[in-house]
Order: sequence, then C-alpha cells, then structure tokens
Amino acid sequence: MTTTVNRSTTPTADPADAGPAEGADGATGIRPRKPVLAATGHPAARPHAAAHLSDADVEQLGRELDAIRDRIIASRGAADAAYIRRVIKVQRTLEIAGRATLLLSRRKTAFVAGTAMLSVAKILENMEIGHNVLHGQWDWMRDPDIHSTTWEWDFVTPAAAWKHTHNDLHHTWTNVLGKDKDVGYSILRMDEAQPWHPGNLGNPLYNMVLAPFFEWGIAIYDLELEAVKDGEKSTDDLKKDLKAMGRKVVRQFTKDYVATPAAAAVFGSGKQALVGTFTANAIRNVWAHSVIFCGHFPDGVDTFTEEEIEGETRGDWYIRQTLGSANISGSKLMHLMTGNLSHQIEHHCFPDLPSNRYAEVAVEVREICERYGLPYTTGPMHRQVGQAWAKVFRLALPPKGQRGRLVGRGLPKAALNAAPPVTA
Amino acid sequence: MAQIRVLRRVASLLTTPLAPEDILGLVNPLSSSRQLRGVVTKVVRETPDSTTIHFRPGRGWNPHAAGQWARVGVEIDGVRHWRSYSLSAAAGHDPAITVTAIGVVSTALARDTRVGDILFLDTPQGDFTLPEHPRPLLMLTAGSGLTPVMSMIRTLVPRRPDADVVLIHSARTPADALFHDELLELADQFPGLTVKHWFTRDSGTGAPARRLDLGDATDLETLCPDWRDRAAYACGPADFLDAATELWLRDGHDDTHENLTIERFATALLPGTGGEGGLVTFEKSDKEVEVDGDVPLLDAGEECGVVMPSGCRMGICRSCLIPLVAGKVRDLRTGEVHGDEGELIQTCVNAAAGPVNLDI
Repeated sequence: MTTTVNRSTTPTADPADAGPAEGADGATGIRPRKPVLAATGHPAARPHAAAHLSDADVEQLGRELDAIRDRIIASRGAADAAYIRRVIKVQRTLEIAGRATLLLSRRKTAFVAGTAMLSVAKILENMEIGHNVLHGQWDWMRDPDIHSTTWEWDFVTPAAAWKHTHNDLHHTWTNVLGKDKDVGYSILRMDEAQPWHPGNLGNPLYNMVLAPFFEWGIAIYDLELEAVKDGEKSTDDLKKDLKAMGRKVVRQFTKDYVATPAAAAVFGSGKQALVGTFTANAIRNVWAHSVIFCGHFPDGVDTFTEEEIEGETRGDWYIRQTLGSANISGSKLMHLMTGNLSHQIEHHCFPDLPSNRYAEVAVEVREICERYGLPYTTGPMHRQVGQAWAKVFRLALPPKGQRGRLVGRGLPKAALNAAPPVTA
Repeated sequence: MAQIRVLRRVASLLTTPLAPEDILGLVNPLSSSRQLRGVVTKVVRETPDSTTIHFRPGRGWNPHAAGQWARVGVEIDGVRHWRSYSLSAAAGHDPAITVTAIGVVSTALARDTRVGDILFLDTPQGDFTLPEHPRPLLMLTAGSGLTPVMSMIRTLVPRRPDADVVLIHSARTPADALFHDELLELADQFPGLTVKHWFTRDSGTGAPARRLDLGDATDLETLCPDWRDRAAYACGPADFLDAATELWLRDGHDDTHENLTIERFATALLPGTGGEGGLVTFEKSDKEVEVDGDVPLLDAGEECGVVMPSGCRMGICRSCLIPLVAGKVRDLRTGEVHGDEGELIQTCVNAAAGPVNLDI
C-alpha cells in the first residue's frame, strides 16, 4: 500500500461549525444542515403536551430512555439472531411456495393459496425484514447477509435511495414541517399548518390510487424531485438515482410480471399467475400504506416547526419522537405483520434496536410517558387507519377561514411544505 | 459450467433482489452468494486446551498449500467474530484448524464447536509455505506455532522419501504438546523426520526445564548441529520469533547460510489508548490525517477530502458505516474503546483511539 501523507489539515476543535469541509466532494450536494443536539437547555418552544416539564425533568426523561436503549443493546444475543434468521427462513419458504403454487393457478384453489402465500411473504419481506434490516437493526450481528449496507428488498425503490429519505431525513427530522417530507409525502396535505391549495381537493382520490401502488409512490418520492427543484439536490444526482431506480424497476417488473407468468404458462396458468403476482403486490402495497399512515397521521400526533426545535436536547428529541408517532395495538401476529411498526413510538425513539425487542420496550416507554404526563397515542388498526383517512378527507378542504376562496386562490406551489412562521 | 451459469441467470430473474444461492440456503447451509462457509465434519480434542476442527468448505474455497492460514468467522452470542488460523491438515486434504483456547473467540471455538456447525471462511492465504525445491529443513516452533508446520510435515514427510526435516518444538509439558504422539510415530516410521521436543516445565525426563534459549546458538548446536545448513521455518510467540530472527541475522552473514522464514500469528497492531486520537489512514483514498481524540472519523475524512458516506451524523441512521482495517476507535457516546478487524464503524460517532485504518 502506498500512502501519500496529507497532514496539512488537522481538524479544529469544533468541526460541527466549521462549515462545508474543504475538498468535500460535490456529489453529496448541498444538504440541509443536520440538527446538532444541545447538551443542556431547551428548544425554542417545547411542545404544548410537554410544556409542563422543566428542563431537569426532560433531562431525566432522556436519561431513563437512554438507559432502556443501553440495556437492550447490552442484552442482544443469540436468541435475537435466531429470531431474524427464523423470520427470513419462513419468509423465503412462503415466497417460493407461493410462486410455485401460482404455477398451477388455473385451479382456483391454487390461485387463492398461491396469491395469499405470496402476499404474506411480500408483507414480511417488506416490513419485518426489509425495513428493519435497512435501519441497521441487525448490523450488530456483523453478518453480511443480513446487513443494512448489503440488503436489497423486494420493493421498486432501491434500498440506498430509501435509506436516505427514510433513515436520514424522516427519522432525524420526524414530523418537522418542511423538513420531514413524510408529512404528506409532498403530495397530500396532512397537517393543518400546511398551506391549502385547490389541488388538495383531490387528496382522497390521490391517496386511494396511492395505496395499491404505494411502492411506486415511494420510489418517486425517494427521487426527491422537490429538492432538485429547490436546488438542494443536483441533476447529476437525480440522473444517478433515476438510473438505479430504472435498473431496479426492470428487475422487479421482470420477476413478477414476466418470469413468473412465463413459468406458469408452461402449465397453462400464465394469465392467472400474472393476476396473482399483481394482486400480491397490491395487497402488500395497501397493507404497507395503511401501516405507514398509522405511524404519524392518527389523531393526537403532533407536528413541529424547524424554529420550535432549535436548541433541542436529547430528552426533547425523545419527546418529539414520542409525540410525533402513534402505535397500533393488537396481537403478536399484528406486530409481526406490521414489522413491529405497531410500536412506532418505540421505533422512533430507538430506530436501530432489533424489532423483536420493541414489545418489551413498549411497556417501559408507556410507563415513562404516563409518569411524565406525556400523551402516548395508540389504538386498534381500524381506528388508526380510520383517523388517518379522516384527516386526508378533512384537510383536502381549506381551513375554515379560507373556505370562501375555494377557486384559484391557493398559495403558490413553492410555499408548500415550507415551514410556516412561528406564531407565539 | 456454462450451463450452470445460464441456469443461474434464469433463476435469478425469479429470485431478484436475492441471489439463487440465498434461496438454496434454505436447504443447503453452505449456500450463500456473499459469504464462503464450511460445515464442521470432525472435532478432535488434541490437548486439554486445544481442539482440531475439520471442515468441508463450500464452493469458492481454494485448496490450501501446506503452511497457509485462513480467516475463520464464528458466531458468539449472535455476533460474528473473525480470527486467522493456520491450517493444520496436509495439503490435498479437507482443511482443519487447530485452535488453542486463548481469548474469547478461540476459547469458544475450541470448547463449543460441534460436528455440523457452520463456520464462515475466507480463502487460504500466506507465503509461509514449503520451498519449491527439496532441501534440508529445520522447523522451530513453540506452543500453537506448530500448527502450520504440522501441515508441512504431514504433507512432505510421508510423500517424499528424500525429505530431511528436523523439528524442534517447544511446549510446556508433554501433555500440552500438540500432535505429540503423531509426531513421534511419524518420526519412527519415516527416517526423513527427526523430532526434538523441548519442555519448558519439568517433565520428569531429566531434561532441563527451562525455555529454549535462542539468545545464542548453544541450544541449537546441541539439538541440531547442522542448523546453519538447513532452510529454517519458525512459528511461535513474538519474543520467540524476535530471538530467532536476531540469532539468524547475527550468526548468518555468509553466503552458504540458509534462510529463516517466520510466521507471526499475533497481529502487529499497536493497541490504541482512548482519548488521545491518532493517525487515521483512509486506505483506498490514499490519505492520512492526524486527529484529536474527540473528532469523529467522519469529520476527519471529510476534512482531508475523502468522499465519506454520511447521514444523520448523530449515530442513528448508519449511513456512514465503513469497515475498520486496523486499530481501535472510541465511541464518542459511551467512551467505549472498540474495534475488530472488519467491524463496520459508525464514523459519525467514533473517534480514533490510536492509529486507525479505514477501508475507504
């Protein structure tokens, strides 16, 4: 190995404020500055639901939650590793069995059984496995076969693109309007504070179309077209992302809509197999869409502004994650099928803990929330989905004061999703 | 072969984004598109502390030359750990490693490995191998340093009637001496092998119970008077090898003197101490930078122009993972100093604890 020594640049004591690093490659583009948590103090405005807490309370809450995380991390072990391997094994077996059964899908029972198995396999693959592996929840095993840096999932958006918008932007800026584009995915108006425009009247329709094609919505969303328009993402990066997505789309499309039906055609079941794979994708998409919408859109979930969170400490960060998320109550099977996103609050507090541990963590987090008088939003799936959909319908209409100006008076598009000014 | 490749391509159309090997892994534990594996076929207790583990490697393994080593990965409490072990089996045979229970990983391997277990593997490496042309050999080993030499002896002695090998092996007691009986049998059976055991503790045989002294040539002269005329191979603890190297350098500056080849099995890494930072080397980017102990590696890399992957910069999103090649890092969140070879480091929340080499 030959190494040219470049000792001239010794980082200064506080690199966080040093501005863009000299020689940093332009490929990473200009990205919004990341929030740096304050060691002490409080954010510019503590959320209403946490206004009764003193700085010392919040600090103590932060310590208690940190302690939970430390304890789980210290106790991760062979049983957890066996769990994820078991889920992967079941999922792959179901996937193969489902596709094999679809080869004979001319028979109605085979069609139903094959489609059902493939749907369940795709849901497990996407939620309990893909989402969580890509979060790095299993990276501690140091197994390159189950690792966030090597994993690719059965979803049209490439893992790398999703990891950026989801792990980096959404989980860092959870429910911060204008920063966390997951608040409505740049399509829907999902918060009262987002300005209304006439296009929002179509929101229920858009969302109804989005649900069965959710993976395509996510793929387009991950291209960050808005960031390109605002000059935050270079067109070169967009081209690169488009190319990666194109390759992925071709492979995904070929598997489900060409190769599987072609194999089934040998048994005279080509058309039925095509319907089967399409249906399985649609079922997975509708399910994923429902689970995701339960995460941050039911009643009782807070949103924040960039100004409000300025000066956030670790404890305040935990409070934002807690107030900005909602759980789904239900059985063990429900937790598995939602990829444990039914423990959305715990997932947002500790995004990289193994998903199989969220259930035990939830008991403690809930107790802490009760003790500190913080709301802990949870409910059965049908209620949470209902509330999220009700919000889609409600916010399609302009705020009461603006209802006289239904036609042609919306705010300019550029203002969409921008952080509104702070009102005291 | 070409047919298999075509078949694999067709199958991968149906398995994407997985590889066909990932699906085959459901029934064949050796099948993986990413990680060479082997299945343990036999476990033999050699001494109270040492175990020989025979394994059958999956596709992608290269047959080893006598004296080579391989990286072996083993899972301990769900976490994969990698260590390098010399292969003790003769060339041409299924590989085996002989592990002495020192340290967490070797102890787990030596004590807990069962037939049927899966080992993770890297292909055999190393140039501590037999000379191309026959010549008289002297093997100088201590403790578990015997393992690569055992592979050489097993390969050479039974197959070459013209072999001329002297083995001087140092161990604490006969009970601790690896392959003790097998070596005596081989020496009995093949005139080409002479075995001299040296026991550092009283063995009751009247031999001097002290360490083999390589400070001067006296012990060697006694054990192997023609040692200067033999190509020598040495493997053992660091001080043993240092002494041997020095002796050969001092005593061997004439042209007729044969070479000494050594194999170190302790990595020569400088263990870092937390807090003071160190020199960070970004290997693929060919850059080095001195950093303080409180600067995240991510910042250090960016500061000297390396294209570092990055994400949240607060230890959550894991977009910034880079494999560690060597050295230790300190977790800026907990102060914990950690770092195994190959471990993926969150560069945004880890700083150098001594010299660090990163694979980027």
